[in-house]
This record gives sequence, C-alpha cells and structure tokens, in this order.
Amino acid sequence: MEPFKYVEGYAAPMLAANVDTDVIMPKQFLKGIDRSGLDRGVFFDLRFLLDGTPNPDFVLNQDPWNTSTFLVVGPNFGCGSSREHAVWGLKQLGIRALIGTTFAGIFYDNCQRNGVLTIQLSPAELKELGHVVSERGGSCIAIDLEAQHILLVDGRAIEFKIDALRKQALMLGLDAIGTTLQRSDDIRAFEARHLQSNPWLV
Amino acid sequence: MRVDALYRIDILLLLTLPRSDRDASGPEQQQGYELAMSTPRTLYQKHIDSHSVCELDDQGHVLLYIDRQVANEYTSPQAFSGLREAGRKVWRPSATLCVVDHVNPTAPERIADMPDAGGALQVNYFEQNCRDFGIELFDVLDKRQGIEHVVAPEQGFILPGMVVAAGDSHTTTYGALGAFGFGIGTSEIEHLLATQTLVYKRLKTMRVTVEGEPGPGLVSKDIIMELIRQIGAAGATGYAIEFTGPAISAVSVEARMTICNMAVEAGARGAFMAPDDKVYAYLQDKPRAPKGAQWQAAVEQWKTLFTDPDASFDKEVHMHVADVQPMVTWGTSPDQAASITGVVPDPMQEKDLILRQDLQRALRYMDLQPGTALEGIRISHAFIGSCTNARIEDLRDAARVVSGRKVAAGVRAMIVPGSTMVRDQAESEGLAQIFRDAGFEWRQSGCSMCLAMNDDVLSPGDRCASSTNRNFEGRQGAGARTHLMSPAMVAAAAVTGHLVDVRSLALEA
Repeated sequence: MEPFKYVEGYAAPMLAANVDTDVIMPKQFLKGIDRSGLDRGVFFDLRFLLDGTPNPDFVLNQDPWNTSTFLVVGPNFGCGSSREHAVWGLKQLGIRALIGTTFAGIFYDNCQRNGVLTIQLSPAELKELGHVVSERGGSCIAIDLEAQHILLVDGRAIEFKIDALRKQALMLGLDAIGTTLQRSDDIRAFEARHLQSNPWLV
Repeated sequence: MRVDALYRIDILLLLTLPRSDRDASGPEQQQGYELAMSTPRTLYQKHIDSHSVCELDDQGHVLLYIDRQVANEYTSPQAFSGLREAGRKVWRPSATLCVVDHVNPTAPERIADMPDAGGALQVNYFEQNCRDFGIELFDVLDKRQGIEHVVAPEQGFILPGMVVAAGDSHTTTYGALGAFGFGIGTSEIEHLLATQTLVYKRLKTMRVTVEGEPGPGLVSKDIIMELIRQIGAAGATGYAIEFTGPAISAVSVEARMTICNMAVEAGARGAFMAPDDKVYAYLQDKPRAPKGAQWQAAVEQWKTLFTDPDASFDKEVHMHVADVQPMVTWGTSPDQAASITGVVPDPMQEKDLILRQDLQRALRYMDLQPGTALEGIRISHAFIGSCTNARIEDLRDAARVVSGRKVAAGVRAMIVPGSTMVRDQAESEGLAQIFRDAGFEWRQSGCSMCLAMNDDVLSPGDRCASSTNRNFEGRQGAGARTHLMSPAMVAAAAVTGHLVDVRSLALEA
C-alpha cells in the first residue's frame, strides 16, 4: 500500500449529503473478479452523459478539478452498500484523501484499508473549506498527515484529529493481515478458550 | 423538515451520557475484562468484550474474534485472490458459508448458468474458491440457496451471542437473533478469512426504545422507516443500536429482522435485540442449531445476553408507535419518507441551501412536485423481495392483500422469495397460487431487483413500489424511481396501480 505522508493537489467540492456507494460505483462495474478498470465507473451517471461524453456540468470534468487528488464531501459520504469497488475506483481515479464531516462506517474502513485518508472536520470548518476549494484560486491544497493539518493557498492551516493506530498504518502503508498474523498465537489461544466454553460455535 | 403535519411522533433525544467503561481498559485484555466485569455493561459491550482477543490501543481498538461469516459471489472474489497472491490459508473454513445470491437470474424456472459473462465469471470463481479453500457453498441449484441474510438464520447458522461479519451491509439483520452482525468490505473479508479476526474500533451505543402498540395494518417495516425518517440517514452513524421496548417484544423474530436489517440505512454499524423465548423457539428446530444437552447449555448462556440495568448508553432514543402509519419514501434517500397519508415536501421550506439543493435534486430525479399527495402516485412496477422483506411472513402479508384481486393494468409485478426454502413453503401454503392468479411473476430466489445486479433491472422512468431497503438514484436501474414500503403496501400498490394506504384495501376486502 502506498504510504500517505504529505500530499499536494486539487480538491473538488462535492457537498451533497448522503452520497451513496451506488452513485459512486454503479452496479454495471461490479461484475469483475479483480480490481481493474474501476476508474471509469466512478460517479459514472454524473460524470458521463447518456451518449458517453463527459458531462461538462460535473465538477470532476471541470478544470482544474478534473485532476483532483482530494474530494471535499458532504455528510454521510459513502453510505449504503459495502462495495469496496467504490474506494478502489476513487483510488484509481487518483483520489488520495476525502475530507468531510461524517463518513459511513463500512466505507470509512474500506478507505483506511486502501490507504485513502478520510479526514473529519466540524461542519463549520468543512463549510469554510468547501467555499475555499470551490474557487479556482483556492482549490490547490496540501495534506500533511504527520503534522495533522490541511494547508491552504493563503497560508492557513486546518488541524485535524486521527487515531494513532490509523495514522501509523497510513504513513507506513502497512499490510494489515501481516500485522495481525504476528498475533497468531494470541488468536489461537483465544479461539481454543472461546470454542471450549461455547461448544455450539464450532 | 416535517413531511406530514397529520401526525407527530416524539423521539426524545434524551441525553448524551459519557462513555462508561469503554476505553478505560489498558492494553492487557485480562485487565480490561475484569474492569468491565465490575461495571454494568450494555449488551453491545458484552458482545465485544467476549470476543476481544486483545486491546490494541487506548482508543477503543480491539482485535475482534469473528464467530461466523457469510460470503457472496460479488464482494468476495478479490479477497480470495488476495489470499492466493500472498499464499495464505483460510484460518477456519467451517466458520464461513458461501451463498450465490447477488448476480443469479431469478426467472420463474431456475437457470443454473449465469447468462452474462461477468456473472458467470464471478460464480465460477466463487465455486473454485470454495473448493480450493474447503468452504461450504450453496449454489443456485441447492435447495437451501437464497439471499444470504435469509438463508443464514433459517439454517440456524447464526445464533445468539455470536459476532458475525460479512461482505454485505445488511449483515445487521442477525441482530434480531441476539447476535452482533455488521457489514465489511472486501479487504476486511480477506483479513477475516486469513485471521478469523478484524481490527475493530468500539462503537458508541444507542438504545432505541420502541413504546406503544402498533395500530392495525402497521408492520415492522413502517417502524424502522419512521425511525430512519426521524433520526436521518446518518442518525446512527458511528453507533451500534440496541432495540428494546414492548413494541419490539410484541413482534415476531422475522419482523425484528426487518428492523435490524434496515438500521444500516440510518448509518448503524450494528443493530440488535436481546434474545428472548421467541428467538429460542425460532431457532430450536433449525438444522444447525445445537441439539439436546448442548441446546440447554446454549440457552442458559444466551439468557445472560442483556443490558445490565444500570448500564448507560451514549444516546437514548424513545419512539412511540401508536400513531405511526404505513410509510413510503418519496425521495432518493431512505430518510426521505412520509406516511402514506402525507404529501411530497416543498424544498423551499428548507433554509439550508445545500440541503435545499439535495431535496430539489431528489424531487427532480423522482419527477415529483411539492404538495403532491403520496397516495395516488402511479407506478409501473411492483417488487416484493430482498433481505429486508421476502421471508414467509412477508409473503403471507402480501398474499392477504392480493387474494381475490388482480394486478392493475400496466403494472409489472414480481415476487422474488428470500430463499428457495421460503419459496417452497409459500408453494405448499398456497400463497404462490394466489400471486400467480393475480398476475404476479412468481420467481426464483436471489437479491434481484433490490440492487439490480442481475438481469432484473428497471428502465429509465420506471416507477417501482418496492419492499426493499434503498431508494438511491439508479439503485434499481439507471433513471428508475423507487418507493420503499412494506410488502403489504407493495401488494396494495400492485393491485391498484398507484401508491395507496393498504388499510383502505383491507377494509374493502
């Protein structure tokens, strides 16, 4: 997994509430057994017109947001289906971080497991950031995960919080399964006790 | 914003209490466990404490042992590929049950081969993974096949006290059995297959107490839809919900499944109820439930699965159902709902500009005008199916409405039973004949038009009365419009051709 330390780029405002994973990655892109080609599917019905050409009204088709590295999103982003294809697609499109107020739980975990940083700000902070990045001149920002702040063009910094465990995994690009398997003996011991006292679970 | 002025239900957000014993334990599991034992605990805390291999930090992260997992053909392939690429094994193959449900056709005669290349690829790879990793599979020809969240309870694969994770957001369904179930993504499926655990952060706790006696014609779908309307699509984000109260005790285990299933539409990452005698009666004759002395021992243990009297929750919600009326959605988010007696809301009454734009967008997509009475909105399709509402009781409810009536002209009406066993039972009870006689398509089991991953897809402009769980844009087909409601309400819409209060039909009958 690609480590996340300090990343600069454009941030696109997508401030609607409850953007669900069906909208982020429609069903016709879910029929694979690998993770390839999902960049095409991201926001498909919003990004493309019925004839397949890019929808000029959609923010990710407009300069400079068509090269966005970050999305500034509305509350409950990623709600609905558990489909991780939504995160794979965003990542393949070049999105490294999402900045919002609240994220749906499964989506939030999926981001973490793919090295996509999710930052939670207060509604007031997010509203302000949404205004800033909606202007062409303010849309380039930087995220410093080590220092835990977002840097704006005008020099302002917005602090954010993140659990140390998540931060470390993102900064080092850790393989979560490999990390957990280092505790195999603990899991085995727990499992033996657990199944012995609840034999109907075997 | 209030959609209906005709009735009002009080949800009191009573108080927000500090977390009690959570996060207080140190890195050593034993220490944390003893501390927890000395403090009154919620059922959620009991579920997590009893499944924590160890604490991972002082922020609530634990290594959580998962008792069971159900897997489907569309969210699991990349997880198995990950295991193959890393040369890893499945930790405990018997903990997983694989069921084909999302991509298979549901045509009235069972089709074993997937008609599209993508679906065939997924089902073939699924079969190969089950073979290679030694996991049990219910394929489409298996008499036990069906939607995973219908199949797992009816097999007795899910028991009280279990912690269950699965690659599907509606895994919350299992909370109705006194288990703790939650949805995970594909990377987590891989982690779970390889380690039988997940790196898990403890959630905040919310207790929803459902008081009162539901009026005639009111079902559990209406209760959960009303709750979602009240607290919003993100109202329970970050929380595990425990449902309690007389209205929960009064309804059947299957009806409770509908409530726990849809709690995820309010953002809950788990929703459950303490198990009771109804749960034990439901489980006792299930194929995989423990038998004999082991059953007795299990029940004794399950009786300890309740929230201690003095335990505190991070949030308390009180809901009164006496005045709840049959619900329908009018928008593109499950919280955009109202009583069938209500009207489409006016976005101009919303002061927040972004929220107003969301409402305007929803009404534009749904092609509805503010002030339009919900009752009377014409439909082109009626769909009864999904893990939310396609169990036998749901089909009985629908059949009572349909009996002696015909599907309205211009409406295509479909019934997709939640499992093949439900289908067989409905056949033997005569329900299937009632549906066929009325002009419904009586189909094979699968997820079908709930998410339209198979060939059951609506066309742009279609409008569907649906017993499912999500009315998102494009959910049932690009440009198609979904109105969520109970199975009986769908049946009523099917036979009248428009959204209608099922109670008015019942009175006629």
